[in-house]
Amino acid sequence: MPTMNLLQAINNALDIAMSEDEKVLCFGEDVGGFGGVFRATSHLQERYGRARCFNTPLVEQGIVGFANGLASQGSVPVAEIQFADYIFPAFDQIVNETAKFRHRSGDLFNVGGLTIRAPYGGGISGGLYHSQSPEAYFTHTPGLKVVVPRNPYEAKGLLLAAIRDPDPVIFFEPKRLYRAATGEVPEEDYQLPLGEAEVTKEGSDITLVGWGAQMEVIDKAVAMAEKEGISCEVIDLRTLLPWDAETVAESLFKTGRLVVTHEAPLTGGFAGEVAATLQERCFLYLEAPVLRVTGLDTPFPLTLEKEYLPDHLKVYEAIRDSVNY
Amino acid sequence: MTTTRDIYVPEFLAGDEFGIPTFRMLTQEGTLFEGAEPPSLDRDAARAIYRAMIATRVLDERMLAAQRQGRLSFYMQCTGEEAAVIGATAALDDADMIMAQYREQGSLVYRGFGFDEFMNQLFGNELDYGKGRQMPIHYGSRKLHYMTISSPLATQIPQAAGYAYGQKLAGEGRCTITFFGEGAASEGDFHAALNMAAVHEAPVIFFCRNNGYAISTPTVEQFAADGVAPRALGYRMHVIRVDGNDILAVHRATQEARRIAVEHNKPVLIEAMTYRLAAHSSSDDPSGYRSRKEEEAWQEKDPILRMQRWMTAQDWWSDDEEKTLQEQLRREVLEAMKRAEKRPPPSLDTLVTDVYAEVTPALQQQLDTLKAHIRRYPEAYPKGARFLDPELSRVDANDEGES
Repeated sequence: MPTMNLLQAINNALDIAMSEDEKVLCFGEDVGGFGGVFRATSHLQERYGRARCFNTPLVEQGIVGFANGLASQGSVPVAEIQFADYIFPAFDQIVNETAKFRHRSGDLFNVGGLTIRAPYGGGISGGLYHSQSPEAYFTHTPGLKVVVPRNPYEAKGLLLAAIRDPDPVIFFEPKRLYRAATGEVPEEDYQLPLGEAEVTKEGSDITLVGWGAQMEVIDKAVAMAEKEGISCEVIDLRTLLPWDAETVAESLFKTGRLVVTHEAPLTGGFAGEVAATLQERCFLYLEAPVLRVTGLDTPFPLTLEKEYLPDHLKVYEAIRDSVNY
Repeated sequence: MTTTRDIYVPEFLAGDEFGIPTFRMLTQEGTLFEGAEPPSLDRDAARAIYRAMIATRVLDERMLAAQRQGRLSFYMQCTGEEAAVIGATAALDDADMIMAQYREQGSLVYRGFGFDEFMNQLFGNELDYGKGRQMPIHYGSRKLHYMTISSPLATQIPQAAGYAYGQKLAGEGRCTITFFGEGAASEGDFHAALNMAAVHEAPVIFFCRNNGYAISTPTVEQFAADGVAPRALGYRMHVIRVDGNDILAVHRATQEARRIAVEHNKPVLIEAMTYRLAAHSSSDDPSGYRSRKEEEAWQEKDPILRMQRWMTAQDWWSDDEEKTLQEQLRREVLEAMKRAEKRPPPSLDTLVTDVYAEVTPALQQQLDTLKAHIRRYPEAYPKGARFLDPELSRVDANDEGES
């Protein structure tokens, strides 16, 4: 099985999607001949032509609006927003159009073919505008699916599923891991299910929940905790909307303790949704309050990025606090 | 208001009716074009502009090298666009507002932003006016009327219209100039800005640096039209296209644009035709999307070279002066960089300040929790840990100066 980094896995998924279905198009800023600023779309224009893989003018609202139109016509657009931080000019098209197209027309029209890819997250000295994790703005929008892969294998299988899913998907890619995460990825076409969490490690004392780049942080914290004899169960939500509360509840019935972690700010973050849902479902099983380890309620910093980030030490401390509650 | 005449056969306009001419004064050899009016710059003004152009070039060369050495995380050069940026700035009143995109450090150099001030921002140290919160080159200066840079593209353009409208109401005879690239002009914000400025008669100069590329995307993939200039006509706005590498033409055009803006409260669009001689940023490698040959052709049109030839012909500049100035600037930049690198980072408290006018109780609590955590693992957070030791956290207030 070939080894790929996360970017290569995404490029490979796009390549397969375009070769399997001529309705699939890839476009965005610098996506065409150059292959994207991160090179996720390398060689796609060479292989599939300028009509199916192209540069757009520099206008995010235009990119998503154009993609909505294409999807409503029956094409399968995969639109790239260069950084998740720059998705906001397209917010109206996503929240008011993409998410509501099917519902408002009584399913006469839909934009289910649409996938929006955007690199997200910190840890790259990007400061306020190259580091944000905006997932919670979109998880508050019924009609969208929000997917975040944690490694190359997951990225390929989830992206192929997202492109072929009958609903519009926002696919946030952990850019810190683009080249840092490598792993075995099957060459062939495969899909991983949307809306299903994955238990990546079984354990009995405490449950840790995260997604995307934060899974690597959780793994480091868990390694520290296990040295002290704390048995940790780890769950990658993979899809944040609609999300798999069932898998987390099953785990909590067993462990009775939960830590949820993300890079985005605490208040209004998706960890709040997880915590609220799980205390409803598992109240009598809980041995400790559900803890959240997140970014601060501030814009994303630059010089003090290390201090801000919910790193493995902060997750580890939360595990200890929960277990010692 | 719409004024129209009736026609009785379907005659379409194709959009290519407007050929926008380019205003030039100076040939590449440094002589005036035949028919060009006498330059508006006297000896002292020309020398001040030229020095700022050289200083910007030296700063950019040195800081890109520093980035390559790993001393700096990121850098963006103004190289090739010095005449456009500095020529426009020099045509303004120093109290006029500048709302730039990110490649306009030349404006700050011209207005007197010191190398130490540049370095403090680039290294995000305790003296950075922006408190180490933004990536390198996101400068701001209240005293020099230069709005702090924001990375999201084109957001400053409608803000400039609003700022200028406020200036009109204040009645002090000021205007605002906003700089942006031809790529940013594709954003919705650009179109919103022009329309609002025209409708509300704001004294704003929209200055487009058409430098050929938006990262890798060439202008032929950015717009089908004849550049950005024709858009002004749709908003019934004054517009001029100018050779952006021609310091005299840029200065003269901006001078006139300022007059229209301030005396008549009308917005003006200037499209300066230039070329981004450097990469988009230190993270970019143009060899993936454009040829050496193309770059070399534009190096021949270097705006600094053109101005130098003109200055030398006037006897306003000499090779000796050039050599002395270059050496002096290189030394100053290097010394300022060494000072800034040694400065400590901004204090830990700056994580939570300026989110609101006052730190909220919830944020204070988050900071306190963070401090307790850092005390437990000081070696993992060296920047934060130093501020928990009172001996290290003293900031010399006298050094802060006026931002």
